[in-house]
This record gives sequence, C-alpha cells and structure tokens, in this order.
Amino acid sequence: MRFLLIEDNESLAGAVVERLQMDGHVVDHADTLDAAQACIAVADYDLILLDIMLPDGDGRTFLASHRKAEKQTPVIVTTARSEVSDRVGLLDLGADDYITKPFDFSELEARCRAVLRRHGGAAANRVVFADAVLDSTAGELRIGEVGQTLRNRELRLLEVFFASPGQVFSKSYLMDRLFSFSSDVNENAIEVYVGRIRKRLEPSSARIETVRGLGYRLVALT
Amino acid sequence: MTAQRASGSIRRRLFLQLALIAALLSVGLFLVTRSLAASAVEAMQDGILAASATSIADALRSEDGAITLDLPYSALSMLGTINQDRVFYRVVVDGETLTGYEDLPPPDETPTISRNSFSTFAYRDDEVRMVSVARVVSTGGVPSTVQISVAQTRLGLSAISQRISGVATAAGLGFFLVATALSLWAARSALRPLERMTEAVTRRGPGDLRPLQAETPAELVPFVDALNSFISRLGASLQRSEDLIAEAAHRVRTPLATVRAKAEVTHRKLQKPEHRLTMREMIRAIDESSRSAGQLLDHAMVSFRTDSLSEDTVDLAEIVQETCARLEPAAGLKDVEIRCQTPADAPTVRGDWLLLQSAIRNIVDNAVKYSPDDSVVDVRLEVGANIRISVTDLGRGFGGADLEALKARFARGGNVSDIVGSGLGLTIADEVARAHGARLELEPNKNGEGACVSIVFPLS
Repeated sequence: MRFLLIEDNESLAGAVVERLQMDGHVVDHADTLDAAQACIAVADYDLILLDIMLPDGDGRTFLASHRKAEKQTPVIVTTARSEVSDRVGLLDLGADDYITKPFDFSELEARCRAVLRRHGGAAANRVVFADAVLDSTAGELRIGEVGQTLRNRELRLLEVFFASPGQVFSKSYLMDRLFSFSSDVNENAIEVYVGRIRKRLEPSSARIETVRGLGYRLVALT
Repeated sequence: MTAQRASGSIRRRLFLQLALIAALLSVGLFLVTRSLAASAVEAMQDGILAASATSIADALRSEDGAITLDLPYSALSMLGTINQDRVFYRVVVDGETLTGYEDLPPPDETPTISRNSFSTFAYRDDEVRMVSVARVVSTGGVPSTVQISVAQTRLGLSAISQRISGVATAAGLGFFLVATALSLWAARSALRPLERMTEAVTRRGPGDLRPLQAETPAELVPFVDALNSFISRLGASLQRSEDLIAEAAHRVRTPLATVRAKAEVTHRKLQKPEHRLTMREMIRAIDESSRSAGQLLDHAMVSFRTDSLSEDTVDLAEIVQETCARLEPAAGLKDVEIRCQTPADAPTVRGDWLLLQSAIRNIVDNAVKYSPDDSVVDVRLEVGANIRISVTDLGRGFGGADLEALKARFARGGNVSDIVGSGLGLTIADEVARAHGARLELEPNKNGEGACVSIVFPLS
C-alpha cells in the first residue's frame, strides 16, 4: 500500500516510515502542508496519515480543502491532543478515523484496514501463495471459489507467513507479532493460532510446517 | 457548591427601621393630640369658669355700707354646660366669707384685679379646677377687696379627654398600620433592582461567562463592575486551563509517540529473544506511562468540564454506537467482539457530550482490556424504570475487591497487576456519572465470571 505521512516531528516520522516499510508499504513523508499538497498532486495514495498540528497550519484546514476537492483518499488523523478535547470536530471535517499518539502499530494497521474496507478499494492489497489468496483489506482467505472470513489474529498470522513463504518464524517472533505489548502471554498460546490457520488452509495446497526446535514456515504441497 | 450563609436581610432591616420610625411617630402623634386636646378642654373650662366668676363679680352691690350679692342664675347655669359636674363657689370680702362654701380653700396665688388666678386641687373627693377673681368694691368711701372663687369638678372634662385620647389612639394606630404597610412596600421596591440583578446572575448557565448587563442602580454600579471584571478574569483563567491541559497532553504525547515508534522498530529488528524481551518490557513501560499521562490529563479535563457542565441534548444511543465502533479495531486485535445493542427510540439526556463519551469509552475500554482473547463484550443501552448503559465482559471480574473503593483515584483491583492501567478509568466514569445525576454501578457478571459496569440515569 502507498501511504502519505504528514508529520512535522522528524524523529517520529522517521520511525513511522521505517515501521510501515517493514510491513512492505511504500511511504512518502511530508513535513508541511505545502509539501503534502505537492505530494498529492503527483501521486495517488491509498491512505493519508495526517498530524493535526503542523508548522504551516492546522491539519483541519488540510482536511477541509481535501474534502472540498472531493479527493477520495481516506485520511486517518494522528493527534496528540487530550482524549477529552477537540476530536469531535475531526470526523465532522471529513477524517475517516483518528488515533491518539502514542499509538500501537497493530492498532494503526487495524484502523487502516477498517478504513480501507469501508472505502471498498485497495484491491492491490492481495497476496497469492499457491492456490490461496489472502486479502488483508477484506480480511478474507480465498481458496478457489470459496472465501473464508478470518478473525483478526488469524489474518495477521497469515500475513506474516504469506509475506515470506518458506521463511522459518520462531514462536517468540510470532508471539510478538500477534499479541499486544501490554499483556503477558505464554509462548505456547501461539500454537492455538497456528492450529487455526492450518485448518483454514486445509482445502488449499498451502501448509504451515513445523520446523522442530525453530518454529514454523509456509510451504506448498507438491 | 455551598450556599453563602445569609447574615441578615437588607429588606428586613430596612422594613424594621421604617416600622420603628413609624411607631415612634405614631406615639408622638398620639401624645401631641392628647395633650393638645387636654389643654383645649382645660382652656375651655377655664374660660367658662372665668366668665362665671366675672358675672358674679358684676353682680356685687354696695348697699348701706355693706356689700351684697344677688347670685345671678346664669353665673352657675353656664357651668352646667359641662355635664354632671358639681360647682362650688365662695365670695370673700376682706377675708370674711360673704357667701358660698366656706371650706373652699383659697387660691394658690392671690388674684389681682388685672389677673385671674387658676388652681387645681382635690376637694370633697374630687379633683376641681378653680378660678379666683379679685374686685375692689367701695363701701361708703372705703374700698374693700372682694375675692370671688368658682370651682368645678373635672369629671366631664376627663370624660372628654378620654374620648379624645381614644380618637388619638385610633389615629396613631391607623397611622402606624398605614406607615408599616408603606415601609413594607418601600423596602420591597427599593430592593427590586437588586432582585432583578440576582435573577440575571442565577438564570445564566454555568458556562455563560458574558459580562452582566442587567439594569443597575447607581449604588450597585461598582459592585457590578467588580463582578464583571471577576467574570472576565475567570473566563480567561478557565480558557488558560483548558489550553494548558491540551498543550500538556501534546507535549507529553509527542515524544512518547516517538520513543514508542522507535522502540517498536528496534524490537522488530532484534534477533535474540532476550533482547526482544527487554525491548518488549520497555514498550510496556512506555505504554504504562503514556496511559497514565493520558488518563491524568483526561481526568483533569473531566474535572474541569464537570465544574462548568454544558447542557447539550445528548443522544446516548449515538454515543454508545460510536464508542463501540471506535474501539472495535483495538478489540479486534485480541479477537474480542463488541456487541452493541441500543433501542431505536432511546431518550436523550441533558449534559456534556464529550464527558459522556469519555465515561462510556473508559468503561468499554476497560472491559476490552480485561477480556480474555476470543471473547465478547456486551454493551447495552436499556430503557426501563431508568436509562441504563451496561457493559459486561467475560474477564476476571473484580476479584472480590471493595467495589466502591475501585471508583477512587488510582485504585486498582488486586488481580490486575499484569495489565497496564492507570486506575483512573472508573474514577472518570464515576465523576462524569455523578455530574449528570447518574450513578456508576459495579457488579460481578451474573454467570460468576467477568464484570458488569453500568451507568444508570434517572428517567427524567
């Protein structure tokens, strides 16, 4: 997916760009509203991440003009303001969603997915492996003509495997990808979810293989 | 807010002072009327007595070297005009009683030809008024001094005095009553501008910080000016607090966001499990501090806004649905489903939209946080004897904690140390509920596991 990140804090922007790139997204960064307008003029984005306080103006102004120009690109506002202050106006001004800083990237991803799903676009966000097609936006695994709606963790786990078929992922790595940082979990909990996606993949020729002592990997039956 | 204890009432004081003046004036009026009447009656009696004595004196004759008196009837009959009074007289010639009552005492002051003498004393069981007139009658070339005294009891006089006193009393009392009524009216009307101003101040909403513009009497202009200057300073200070809280949130959250994002990136890059565990703990600490900072600032904003509660018409169903939709992506991360049920015709409540949303968000957020993976949080808006928003989870429940104590600031249950929390969520919900005349109810879920947190609004 292609993101436009509008954020004036260089350090934060750098981290966000790097983190989104890790998941295979393309991210352009604009640190002012002017730069953002320039980016929009030359490229099509799937999603815009907009900081509400910028050096050359309020993000709200951008939102208003963005909606006036009837641009369809969904906008998620990132705000550092208090939970109980001015965020009511954001949705009225045409933001599709908002997230409060500091945010959990899994939550940001989930919100992006939800927003994109509502917009019904981003057909490009599909990964194919063997005869299985994973549609992250729709949260669907399609095998032949049959589609299965996935639960959130199943989807995220499949995303990890589909992004790098054949690569071995350790239990602790998968656990970090699946569970939030704020809760304590047992590494073995990952087995439950691996079991679930194995069941999901059963009709296809894709399999999750256990590599003893190392972890799991995605392979195709030959 | 506690009401100022009133120390006396201006109206009562004004009324009492006016009534006291009226009472003094009434008594004065009564006394003056009575004494004027008494002296008028006395003057009248004195006049008749003098006329009577003079007519007796005029009847004195000198015959054959002796003084004779043929008492004229009219002299005594004119005194009869005052009823029921007895009349006494005595005519003395050179110290010898010519005629009349010999025991009638002589006057206090000896009269002269040019001046009559009046005296008052007790005589034969009654008080009498006596006039004495002196004449010089020549008997055979020898002048003799004749002293004529006429006395009359004062019974009729005192009856008249009493009648007049009665009238004076009635007049004084009437005056007092009229004056009292007038002072009541005067006290009221003098204070009417003050009442109008009080009304203008109390009628305004809590968030109304416009200057007071009621019609102001000259005496109250300095007071109203002081009040208006206070209102404007208060408004500025409130605005500053609100800006400060928002600014503080921004200042705290931006660097935390940077640290957290960088930590997550680093965490993803690390290979060794023990390094990842350390980074995980760091991120957890960041989450903890940002949550605490956020909740503290939220709590400050909530306390601030409940102090000057706005009165919007709030659609609870809309807030509940919006909050559930908003928290769904976060709940989805642990495969927790938020089931939201609201009736189609839910009534609205009066209050602060932002605060109610914050309270409901805190409760639902808590429920999601403590829910086990793959479970359900039920959010229901029900209308029965009251309006109830209940949030039920299948989590670990309250672990037998004192439910009321959990509403206190920074209070957390004893069974939640492994989950990041600030202990302010329920405090915020409780404060918002109370500011809206609602109450926050905590109870274990019916099936024995999980918790049920409700906000109950009275049906207005």
